[in-house]
Amino acid sequence: MAEALPLKQQPVHVATDADLITGDQTFHTVTEHISSITEGKTPKMWFLLWGMAVSLLLVLLGSIGFLVWNGTGVWGLNNPVGWGWAIVNFVWWVGIGHAGTLISAILFLLRQQWRTSINRFAEAMTLFAVICALLFPGIHVGRMWLLYYFFPIPNQMGVWPNFRSPLLWDFFAVGTYFTVSLLFWYTGLIPDLATLRDRAKTRLRKLTFGILSLGWRGGNRQWQHYEIAYLVLAGLSTPLVLSVHSVVSSDFATSMVPGWHTTIFPPYFVAGAIYSGFAMVLTLGLIARRVYHLEHFITLNHLDKMAKIMLVTGSMVGYSYGMEFFIAWYSGNQYEAFTFINRALGPYAWAYWIMIFCNVVVPQFFWIRKVRRNVVLLFIASILVNIGMWFERFVITVTSLSRDFLPAAWDYYSPTIWDVAIFLGSFGLFFTFFLLFLRFLPMIAMAEVKGVLPQAHPHRGGSHE
Amino acid sequence: MSKVVGVLGQFRDPTALVHGAEAVRDAGYKQWDTHSPFPIHGMDQAMGMKRSGLGYFIGLCAFLGAATGFGLQSWAHAIAYPAIIAGKPLFAWQAYIVITFALLVLFGAIGSVIGMLLFNRLPRFHHPVFYSDRFESCSDDGFFISIEADDPQFDQENTVRLLKEAGALAVDILEETDE
Repeated sequence: MAEALPLKQQPVHVATDADLITGDQTFHTVTEHISSITEGKTPKMWFLLWGMAVSLLLVLLGSIGFLVWNGTGVWGLNNPVGWGWAIVNFVWWVGIGHAGTLISAILFLLRQQWRTSINRFAEAMTLFAVICALLFPGIHVGRMWLLYYFFPIPNQMGVWPNFRSPLLWDFFAVGTYFTVSLLFWYTGLIPDLATLRDRAKTRLRKLTFGILSLGWRGGNRQWQHYEIAYLVLAGLSTPLVLSVHSVVSSDFATSMVPGWHTTIFPPYFVAGAIYSGFAMVLTLGLIARRVYHLEHFITLNHLDKMAKIMLVTGSMVGYSYGMEFFIAWYSGNQYEAFTFINRALGPYAWAYWIMIFCNVVVPQFFWIRKVRRNVVLLFIASILVNIGMWFERFVITVTSLSRDFLPAAWDYYSPTIWDVAIFLGSFGLFFTFFLLFLRFLPMIAMAEVKGVLPQAHPHRGGSHE
Repeated sequence: MSKVVGVLGQFRDPTALVHGAEAVRDAGYKQWDTHSPFPIHGMDQAMGMKRSGLGYFIGLCAFLGAATGFGLQSWAHAIAYPAIIAGKPLFAWQAYIVITFALLVLFGAIGSVIGMLLFNRLPRFHHPVFYSDRFESCSDDGFFISIEADDPQFDQENTVRLLKEAGALAVDILEETDE
């Protein structure tokens, strides 16, 4: 009967890499492996890590309390350097957030089916990274109870926010980005929440997942609208993810400060964001893969592909560094030229060369296939890239401000303990959420992984007598 | 008292489900659905379904978002509180594009999720297919066809026979008991 398939074939994408998911998985083993992580007893290790994360979160809350009480003077800001770690951390965290949407939206549109193994936790990472990012502009205004000035709400003064300012664009772009990422993540979760509902043994789990899965019953009449919604969300997120970091870069590029006032910033920032985001996905993914035995789901092929994306984006970042130098010379603008020589040879040269090493040199090792498939080297490289990308934002922000036009106004900037405490604390915020996610929600998109298994495609048949 | 509200047939795999769906479609049923743990390619044709109209709804939402964004900015700066800042014109439409785009995406994304739920009539926590214990595997590795008793063609015996002939491994009668 197998030859008489009356099914009208539409040009469906056939999973060409048969080894997308390894270990001879059936639909049931996928469900079992991923769901059981959220259902079993909480591992002791989890409590330990979560305890550390919550302790850091308390450091964050305490430092923010201290900051609110005393004002932004507790930070290391000085007269030329009015933007310090707060903006550096903001841009760094937002950048990390970019990989999740890139994986879920752009790779979806490009039919890169390997994304199904990593998209769920990358999206979760995005959400929590954007929360950490939004924290910094929130607290850096000093009087944060006046934050509602950002919102276009009618008020007693009749005043509106200045919509012509890139800072407000930023507020809208990042706010939209967070909302859209949340919706995308939740939409993807609905079928998997239904799985957890159907497996639930206790009344609490039945109720919780029953409500969260909205009564999903996997009907094809539902899947049809669901797939359209998912496709459109991907289509909307794709230009959004490219625009968010472009808008962030406008915060810098629209000012007159040498080293900032350049048109290369939007593409350069976007490439850097994707680069750092993939580094963070690798860092977290490698740990989760090891701890939860996900080697069949996140295979060496997945790691290989992620390393290739980091090689591409890392090289784009390296190219941008070079091009900035070229333009600084070619423009004939003495302030611009001085800024760049100052970056490489001035008081912040140490930061500059950390950045060059981590962001330009390290990814070049990814040309070697063995490195791309070596878990330990990948892990080290991903950490280095995370560090390098933080220093990139530090170099951009601080070197330009600390030595701009007038030598009389120059000053050296160094952070205080409160800068450090708030930055470290933001990791507490991030990991508190991320560990809760790993514990209670399926970290791999089960419905999507099942959809890319070879037996999911009806035309392959195989079960006909 | 119990009332039959539908039947539910379980199928072996996606291929069997597609064949089953074609048989049900050809028999002329209207109030029925196939259930699977993931979307199956080609099922829309196998069920004889029309294209989803959700895209138009999302398009409308996105347009509303863009109009809101552009309108709000233009109105706030040119009419409600005209103030010249940094020498920019009051109606600086170029500067409004970023937020217009952001709101286009925002409204479009909210529209796609809300539209998806509206079109699917979700959330709906109570549905006849949940009467079958077998159905719990639908979100794991079970493939099902449900036919509702509201369908004009529904006839318990014939419909069950149809499902069995179409390749169902087992068929459940979905009964509603009112206390």
